[in-house]
Amino acid sequence: MTGLATHGAIVQFDHVSKSYDPEATKSGKGPAAVNELSLTVPAGKICILVGPSGCGKTTSLKMVNRLIEPTSGRITIDGVDVTTQELTALRRGIGYVIQQVGLFPHQTIGENVATVPRLLGWPKARLRERSEELLALVGLDPARYRDRYPSQLSGGERQRVGVARALAADPPIMLMDEPFGAVDPIVRDRLQNEFLRLQETIAKTILFVTHDIDEAIKMGDLVAVFQTGGVLAQFGTPLDILAAPATEFVARFVGQDRGLKRLSLLRVSDVALQPAVTARPGDSAGDARRRALDDPQRYLLMIDGSNKPLGWVAHGDIPAEGVLSESMANPVSPTVNKRTTLKDALSMMLDADVQTGIVVDRNGAVQGLLTMDAIAGKMREGEHVAAFDHALEPADEIVEPGPIAAEHAEEEVRA
Amino acid sequence: MIPGQPIVDFSWIGSHLPSIGLRIVQHLQLTILPLVIGIVISLILAVWAIRQPRAYSPMTAITGLLYTIPSLAAFAVLRPIFGLTLLTALIPLTTYTLLILFRNFTAGFNAVPAEILEAAEGMGYTRRQRLLRVELPLAVPLMIAGVRLASVSTIGLATVASVLGDQFGGLGQLITEGIQTFFPTKYLLGAVLSVLLAIAADLLFVRFERFVTPWAHARAGAV
Repeated sequence: MTGLATHGAIVQFDHVSKSYDPEATKSGKGPAAVNELSLTVPAGKICILVGPSGCGKTTSLKMVNRLIEPTSGRITIDGVDVTTQELTALRRGIGYVIQQVGLFPHQTIGENVATVPRLLGWPKARLRERSEELLALVGLDPARYRDRYPSQLSGGERQRVGVARALAADPPIMLMDEPFGAVDPIVRDRLQNEFLRLQETIAKTILFVTHDIDEAIKMGDLVAVFQTGGVLAQFGTPLDILAAPATEFVARFVGQDRGLKRLSLLRVSDVALQPAVTARPGDSAGDARRRALDDPQRYLLMIDGSNKPLGWVAHGDIPAEGVLSESMANPVSPTVNKRTTLKDALSMMLDADVQTGIVVDRNGAVQGLLTMDAIAGKMREGEHVAAFDHALEPADEIVEPGPIAAEHAEEEVRA
Repeated sequence: MIPGQPIVDFSWIGSHLPSIGLRIVQHLQLTILPLVIGIVISLILAVWAIRQPRAYSPMTAITGLLYTIPSLAAFAVLRPIFGLTLLTALIPLTTYTLLILFRNFTAGFNAVPAEILEAAEGMGYTRRQRLLRVELPLAVPLMIAGVRLASVSTIGLATVASVLGDQFGGLGQLITEGIQTFFPTKYLLGAVLSVLLAIAADLLFVRFERFVTPWAHARAGAV
């Protein structure tokens, strides 16, 4: 359907360093150095390079398509050293998206998207077909957008075009340098979600630079945390990094609220559900009253004929005789499904002021109960490393050592 | 001016249309040739200057210096060498365009945003492709602004080429002859036609710029 058939390639950094003349980097304006970077990005995964300014994450990214040449070490794509490839051929085979998008203002959206296929000499009819296919893929109606100029688009639309342009020649690898950094938070969130959905089908190997740890956690299959001086501080899955920051720097960088951040990565399916004690209208009240005692909170969940929740009945409110009726049920707690993140589930439960959420399947039938205790238990799983927190200074002093150091350097120069 | 005569003798104009037409053609020649040659030279210099930023300052100094040479003096120096030929007029008129054209062309290239150049490089444009397909088209609006200025200034300056006499003199020839023979019709006509030519050239380039850079005039939100 998408016409994007080439799946990701393995990108490997092998002891890659980039050093600059100290005088040139002192101003804090030039590219940052990278120190002995070794990491492997598996095919089809999103690897986020994250860190404060001046940590070398963008430098590392640009060494892959050789906009910057390493001082030492080597970078390979599926085992092939990038320096052995012809420069323009290498770059045409790698998708490249930058924060300012960099669409060509003198070309229509359709022409912009077809940039790399045109450089590769595809026939004209195919260029047009290709750009329409890609526009549709990123959610822009080709008939409406094809003939417009970039100046006629919103920031979010331009970013989508930037992604479409990078994908046009179906490269196995995409380099994305703060691709959603220039749009407002609501648009950014939508673009991130769309991009994750897109990646499920295209399965490219993506190196993605950001300074935003929340974006890193949300977007990354793997996260590489850089610290000033171009040193890789930690490389792992977002859950690993949140659960066990390798150094004090990483602990500070991911923030004190990493337990909460973990909840945004975990889903209802990751916790053990508590079975619900259920009964239907018309069931014997006496029997139901006895069974409600099995529930730790002594509540009975009334369900209808197709197992959809009707409401809660407290043990004390169930009559000793007769049958249950629907009017006894209090309005239900929020329902969640197995795909809901624990963060969203917690938020819904707090909003509704309840201790228990009802987990339902696709048809709305009750599967079990999600309790606050279960969520808290998941949060505590990361706590064995909380020792770092005691070593931390107040968070507002530390977040970005890069620019602060640069400012001091400038002051010294002025003095 | 002879008292009692009207300032403008329209019957003279009516009976001399072919020779007036010839002066206009000569004037266009004195304008278009220096402009075309000036554009070619300035383009080469500007491309060189954006690749070798150190060349920019000396280039502006030289083109500025050339601009300060009085035109009459330039004709006086060149006439003994090239005689009463077109070349004697073309050389100074061309050098006068260089200051404006070189500066505007360089400004046009420098105005191309850095992120667009980076995107082009990152996607695998060769240097030459990037120059021809990205930098040059994006520099066009400022380049045309320079050509507009240079064309208006050259049309005015070309009137001094009357020192070359009948064969290449252009509208300046009408003016000189009118002054020498105390015939206002002739010099006023020369002046008015020169101004009209300048206005026409200016309007033409405005239209041309809109035609070749539709993207620069596309309004936000318009479909």
